[in-house]
Amino acid sequence: MFKLERRPIPSKAMVILTPVLAVVLTMIAGGILFAFLGKNPFEAIRIIFWDPIFNDVVASYTRPQLLIKAAPLITIALGLSFGYRANIWNIGAEGQFIMGGIAGGAVGLAFYPTESVLIFPLMILAGAVGGFLWAMIPAFLKIKFNANEILVSLMLVYVAINFLGAMVTGPLRSPVGMNFPVSRNFNEYPSAYNGELIANTGLHMGVLATLAVVIVSYILLKHHIFGFQVRTAGQSPRAAKFSGVNPNITIAICLGISGGLAGMAGLFEVTGPAGKLSTNFPLGYGFTAIIVAFLGRLNPIGILFAGLLMALTYIGGELAQFQLSVPAASVQVFQGMLLFFMLAVEILVNFRIRLKKKEVA
Amino acid sequence: MDFSTISSVSLITSLMVAATPILLAAIGELVVEKSGVLNLGVEGMMIIGAICGFIVAVETGSPWLGFLAAMAGGAAISFIFAVLTQYMLTNQVATGLALTLFGLGFAALLGHSYAGVKPPKFGHLDIPILSDIPVIGPLIFSHDYMIYISLIIIAAVWYFLTRTRGGLVLRAAGENHDAAHALGYKVIRIRIMAILFGGAMAGLGGAYLSLVRVPQWTEGMTAGAGWIALALVVFASWKPWRIILGAYLFGGITVLQLNLQAAGANIPVAYLSMAPYLVTIIVLVIMSSDKKRASLNAPACLGRIFHASS
Repeated sequence: MFKLERRPIPSKAMVILTPVLAVVLTMIAGGILFAFLGKNPFEAIRIIFWDPIFNDVVASYTRPQLLIKAAPLITIALGLSFGYRANIWNIGAEGQFIMGGIAGGAVGLAFYPTESVLIFPLMILAGAVGGFLWAMIPAFLKIKFNANEILVSLMLVYVAINFLGAMVTGPLRSPVGMNFPVSRNFNEYPSAYNGELIANTGLHMGVLATLAVVIVSYILLKHHIFGFQVRTAGQSPRAAKFSGVNPNITIAICLGISGGLAGMAGLFEVTGPAGKLSTNFPLGYGFTAIIVAFLGRLNPIGILFAGLLMALTYIGGELAQFQLSVPAASVQVFQGMLLFFMLAVEILVNFRIRLKKKEVA
Repeated sequence: MDFSTISSVSLITSLMVAATPILLAAIGELVVEKSGVLNLGVEGMMIIGAICGFIVAVETGSPWLGFLAAMAGGAAISFIFAVLTQYMLTNQVATGLALTLFGLGFAALLGHSYAGVKPPKFGHLDIPILSDIPVIGPLIFSHDYMIYISLIIIAAVWYFLTRTRGGLVLRAAGENHDAAHALGYKVIRIRIMAILFGGAMAGLGGAYLSLVRVPQWTEGMTAGAGWIALALVVFASWKPWRIILGAYLFGGITVLQLNLQAAGANIPVAYLSMAPYLVTIIVLVIMSSDKKRASLNAPACLGRIFHASS
């Protein structure tokens, strides 16, 4: 049988190789899945991973989608990665994303139809604050009452979804929406609209913000004391305490950052790609971002690539849905498998696999 | 608002129906956590159970076979978690999340042609005379069989954990895996068996949702029930009997808010639907606030990775 032998130091090569290995394994397992569904696995894999970028027929539509889908995933995942390093598990980013969209959207709609360049920055701020405050609930309950942040943040997702329902059927319902549960359309309100900066690229303000967040996260993590504190808090809470890290402050900052970023992503989404608040607004980005964070190995640069890849599976999955008529859920299965494989191959970083010789009893 | 439409007897019976899915999932998770493993994939295992049970019940016409299939399905998917966390030494929180995400997707994939199908009816207890007594009859003698089975499972788990050698060994693995290993117990094997049991119970709870409670298949129909079950284990301070109390409390709140909605209460439906989740948070806060007591009840090795170095 096999035996695991701990490596003296984590393997540098494996840190880079494992995500690639996970993707390859997912392609194989996904191919088997598609074969079971009665589809040609090679065609399915090509449609998901190749066609969205290189197929001339569909690429004009799908290429811009790449940035649109990747930006929120990367932004949210970066926020989550700080907490995950410190063993603080915010899994309610979906709720913070929704609350950010509601808070920022509501601020914008409050000014309707005033036009001013100040409105959009104010909305971004409101979105970030909305997500931040929503994430402060689990932070506060964890610090003050020791309540498990995993369960609290997750419960708040369902509360946020219901709150969204209350808002779009109540205060934020569009007066011109024929009583449908939707808000006013942001693309009819120039000051609050987050449109494409360059036509047909998918590049909107949120994408620029995402790039800024990647850079800031990288610097924070590698060159700032906060990065050190987060890493020690995760690896050894006791050592972190001795080096002067206040665990409560770490909890508040980690949840705060992830909530604020998720809220901001929500605002960019609602004012741009989604266009309006509605009960269809939550797309599960907050959950998929968890996969992105792990696939990127909680590293800002890794998360950037992981987010692009995950966006690709979304778009390719949609293509496969149209062209091969596979169920929409197969993308979700695909993404779930990717996370499984990523976690499984992680072991190669810290362990060597050796053949075990039979021991003499 | 018309409160007269809410009758207390039917309220209690529907409360028990609403409580049973989370009761089953929670008792499974309790055993898993007692063995020292934190499986956050309850939601995923439940929904897999819901669809496996649904498909088999519809295809064979037998809800009983459906429940068996749900247990098998839940256990099968929990086996992925078991292999990853016990042999590949993955982080239990992340792996549990993966299980939930994967399970939700996989269930939707399995069930996409079963939306709108009606499952076969599941029988309920009907003892002549006893079941016909007013009030007591409907309250005690006319529930569906699974409600009685769920209570029997609770009693059995309590007996196993506190009165048998196997239960003692399982708790030892959860309290101190190194000591249990040193005594020659197979920590990994114990934990895998506990995880499989947890998966089977979550699957059973899920099937109760799709076959009895709703009864229908819709994507994402568990709607957080698995997470509430996780909170329930904390609420119960890892004690089997208290799972009943907690589950019926949650069931009561769910049913009450549904009844208020039906009675046309002057509160928007969306706010009423938040109630079960908000109550879960409040209960968690109350149960965790006493740090000393919380840490006394929780298994000491909960969520810690075990790797025998020699």
